[in-house]
Amino acid sequence: MSRTPAAAPESLLAAPDQATQAEITREIAEAHAALAAREAAGESLPATAYDFPAYRSSVLRHPTKNPKLVDPETIELFSPAFGQRDVAAIESDLTLQHAGEPLGERMTVRGRLLDSWGRPLANQLIEIWQANSAGRYIHQRDQHPAPLDPNFTGAGRAITNDAGEYAFTTIKPGPYPWKNHRNAWRPAHIHFSVFGTSFTQRLVTQMYFPGDPLFALDPIYNSIHRQKDRDALVGVYDHDLTSPEWATGYRFDIVVDGPDQTYFEQEGDA
Amino acid sequence: MIPPKTHRPTPGQTVGPFFAYGLEFPKQHEVAFPHSPGAIVLSGTVFDGAGAPIPDALVEIFGPDADGSVSHARGAFRRDDHTFTGFGRAFTNDEGHYEFWTRTPGGSAGRPGFFAAIVFARGLPNKLHTRIYVPGDDAALGADPLLSSLDAEERASLVATRTPDGHLHHDIRLQGEKETVFLAF
Repeated sequence: MSRTPAAAPESLLAAPDQATQAEITREIAEAHAALAAREAAGESLPATAYDFPAYRSSVLRHPTKNPKLVDPETIELFSPAFGQRDVAAIESDLTLQHAGEPLGERMTVRGRLLDSWGRPLANQLIEIWQANSAGRYIHQRDQHPAPLDPNFTGAGRAITNDAGEYAFTTIKPGPYPWKNHRNAWRPAHIHFSVFGTSFTQRLVTQMYFPGDPLFALDPIYNSIHRQKDRDALVGVYDHDLTSPEWATGYRFDIVVDGPDQTYFEQEGDA
Repeated sequence: MIPPKTHRPTPGQTVGPFFAYGLEFPKQHEVAFPHSPGAIVLSGTVFDGAGAPIPDALVEIFGPDADGSVSHARGAFRRDDHTFTGFGRAFTNDEGHYEFWTRTPGGSAGRPGFFAAIVFARGLPNKLHTRIYVPGDDAALGADPLLSSLDAEERASLVATRTPDGHLHHDIRLQGEKETVFLAF
């Protein structure tokens, strides 16, 4: 049991040094160059860098040792079982959770959940959470002076169908200020949490929006050091998914990573 | 024969500071109904590299039942207070403390029982996988391929301790002295 009282969470949200954006942007570029050089020298690096000091709160929260490579064992090759009845259909529509209509740009986000061989993963739980159209989270620790929307909570759930598809109706989130450095703004994003057929495939990530001018400035987005991996987190505007007089449409497919053993797991389920 | 992978995995990102209202569900940490036969508390603290508790972390466990069998039952997300699904989710409190009600995971065929565990936190750029082994069966623990590949301090970071009242205690250290061993598959 700890004898050190934890710091108040609110105080942890502000980095003590308050670097400028220019300093953070330079740190991002230097980190990307260093990681690219290590990769060019033959090192195998994860897509998301754990040690990425431009994201200030990661400094004391990332492991310093390389992870141990292990063969997944029984429990790790399974995953908690979900079904369509675990989530009510209405939970995937974030615009219907209150008496009135939320403000902002109504949008649909639809996509498929796939494994590393492109096979759809059915009956898996997808959870999302996000800021409202003004960039404000309903969380009590978010105290920045943008309005809360009494008609928007910003959390939703869905279970993938037999084709591995999910769909949410929501409001496009606004960009969001944070205290990583001076004048720090997160690009608009929706948090995604997904399960695959094996516990090793568990994924929490963020979906972004095309063309966001904040991409190059954001240390969290850039903790993913390769451009092609960062691109995979940007939803694709799809006019066929846009519905007249109603909502814009974005597509966001998610691929979970599975070790070779998961190939058979999914075959066994079929 | 396993064909080559064709799809590049979607990279992970930090869970951020505001996950609680998006990820919370009722009785999320009650993998077993509290005080039901065989139910134990698995608890501990998540620490950062300075030894400070992390008040905005999230721990998930998935474990076999006491007889070593893996539950394929639905209902982890809508607890009925009797079905054992093996899955639980706990947010750390302001003291960095997490806890679950669950059962002691059983081993199988001479292998020790363990919880598969995942840690997420604000400031942690991506998920971390680890294991929480059940203490006591030294023969099985000693024969475990992962544990036997580690030095004593690393091994200790993966094995829970039994409390006098029969519960399990296990701290997780993201960085620094006694850093928990994290896994890649």
